[in-house]
Amino acid sequence: MRETRRFLNVNMQTIVAPALTAVMYLIVFRYAMGDREVPGLDVAYFDFLIPGLVMMAMLQNAFANTSSSIMVGKLMNVQIFLMMAPLSALEITLAFLAAAVTRAMIVAVVLLLILAPFTNIHIEHLWMILFYGVAGSIIMGGLGLIGGMWAKTFDDMALLNNFIIMPLTFLSGVFYSVKQLPEAWQTANHFNPFFYLIDGFRHGFLNVGDTDPSQAIIVVSFATLSTIFACWYLWRSGWKLKE
Amino acid sequence: MSQALEVKQLTKTYSNGKEALQGVDLSVPEGSFFALLGPNGAGKSSLINILADTVKPSSGEVTFLGHDLFTERRWCKQRLGVVPQEIAFDPFFNPRDILKIMSGMFGVKPDLKWIDELLERLELSEHAHKNARMLSGGMRRRLLVAQALVHRPKVVILDEPTAGVDVELRKRLWGFMRELNANGTTILLTTHYLEEAEELCDHVAIIDQGKLLTSQSMKGLLDTVGSSALALEYTKPISEQSLLSLAEFSPRLDGNKVLLCLKKDDSGQNNFNAAYQTAISVLGEAKSVSIQDEDLEDVFLRLTNERKT
Repeated sequence: MRETRRFLNVNMQTIVAPALTAVMYLIVFRYAMGDREVPGLDVAYFDFLIPGLVMMAMLQNAFANTSSSIMVGKLMNVQIFLMMAPLSALEITLAFLAAAVTRAMIVAVVLLLILAPFTNIHIEHLWMILFYGVAGSIIMGGLGLIGGMWAKTFDDMALLNNFIIMPLTFLSGVFYSVKQLPEAWQTANHFNPFFYLIDGFRHGFLNVGDTDPSQAIIVVSFATLSTIFACWYLWRSGWKLKE
Repeated sequence: MSQALEVKQLTKTYSNGKEALQGVDLSVPEGSFFALLGPNGAGKSSLINILADTVKPSSGEVTFLGHDLFTERRWCKQRLGVVPQEIAFDPFFNPRDILKIMSGMFGVKPDLKWIDELLERLELSEHAHKNARMLSGGMRRRLLVAQALVHRPKVVILDEPTAGVDVELRKRLWGFMRELNANGTTILLTTHYLEEAEELCDHVAIIDQGKLLTSQSMKGLLDTVGSSALALEYTKPISEQSLLSLAEFSPRLDGNKVLLCLKKDDSGQNNFNAAYQTAISVLGEAKSVSIQDEDLEDVFLRLTNERKT
C-alpha cells in the first residue's frame, strides 16, 4: 500500500514518462515502416508493434518500481521501518510485487487508451493479456527487488538495467517477429523468458504468436513462482540488508 | 519483577571480522526506565539493532516479555517500538500520513486521536502536512519518536533520541517519556548525556568493547561502585606516565586535575591518607586539594577507563 502510494505521489515520472517514451517509439516506427506487414504473420507491423511496446513498458516499470523503491529505501535508511514492522518476509515480498503489478497495469491501461484510436487491434483473449501482463510484472518486479537488495549504489543499478534488463527486453521480439530471425537466434530466444512474455501478451491481442501457448504458460508460470520464491527467501534471510 | 527483556550470551561478529558483541547478558525489568550506556563503538547500537531486527545476531538468545524474540518475531514486534539512532524519513509523505502508514504496517487501525496527540506532544502539529523532506533535523528525530509510539508498544527503545535536539525540547521529550513510563511502558535508552540518564533512569547498564561491565539500579551503582574522589589540582601539566605508579587508586586526569578513587575498607575507613601521601610523593605538592562525590559520569569514565588499562 505504501508502495503504491509512493509511485502515485511521483506520477509524473512513473506514469507519464513511460507513456511518452512508448508513444515516441510508435511515431518513429509508424513513419519508418509505413503500412508494411510482418513477414510470416498476417498482421500490419504497426499493430504488431503496439502490444510489444505496451508489454515492454509494463516490464520496465515493474522493475523500476521495486528496484528504485529499495534503492531509495537504502539510501534514505527507511528500509529499517520495514524490517522493524511485524510483517513476515512473505507479506513484504507480496506487497512489493503487488505494487509493481499495480504500476505496470496503470501504465499499460494509460498506454492502450492513448494508442487505441490509431490502431485496429482489439482484445482477442483477455485471460492471456492478464496472465502474461501480471506474470511479467511479477517477474520483473521480483528481479527489481533482488537487484535493489544486491546493488550498493545507483551505479550498480544502472549496470544491471543497461546490461541485462534492456538487452533482454529489446531482443525478445518487441520490434520483430522471431520468425524473421536466423534459425540459431530463434532457438536462443526460447531461452529468454521475456520473449515468452511479450509473445504471449501479443497473442492476446492479435491471436497470432511465435510460440506454442501451452509451453509458454508452463515456462512463464515456473519463472513467476521461482521469482516469488527467490524474493521471499532472500528477504527472509536478510541478504545484504542485515549484514 | 518480571523482565521486559532478557538477553543471554548475545554475540555479533560483522563480516569484516569486527566483534561488536562478545557474549552480552542483560536483563531489563518490566516497567523500568533503563539506561544503556557505553562509549562510542561499545556495541550499544549493535545490540539495539538486533533487538529491532535490522541486524542478525551471530549467536545468543533474547526473551521479550516472556516470548522468544527470534522465533516469535511478530508477537514481539507488535509490542516493541524502536527509535533508530540514524535519522531516517520517508521522502514521499508528510508526517501525518507516515504515522497512518506506520499504524497499518504494525497491523493496527490508524488511531487518529492518538496520532494527533503524538504530533501535539512532540510538537509536530503545525508541520503535520508538510512533506517530510521539509522538516528540520530535530523535527525528523521527533517524527521518529512518534513513529515508534504509534502502535502503543509495551517496550520502547530509544537509541540516542536527543542527539541534536535543543535543551528545551529535550526536557519536554523526557517529560513525555516519563509519563509513558509512569503508565507502565518499559523504556530503554542510550544517550551520551549522562546527567540526563542519571536524572531519568532507575536502572543502568554500562557496556564497553562488546561486553557488559555492570548492570544494576541507578542508586545501587552510585552507592556501591560510585564513591568519592580525591581531586588534586596542579599548576603544571601531569603526564599519563606519572599516573602509572598511582594505579591502585584508579587515577584519572581531568585537565591539570588528578582524580583518585577513594574506597572504604571493611571498617568503614577510607583510604584518603594513603591516596594523599602517595600522590604527594609521586607528583609533588598540589595547588589545591578537594574531595568530590562521583556522579554517573565519573563512574562511567572510571569503569570504562579501568577496562583499557
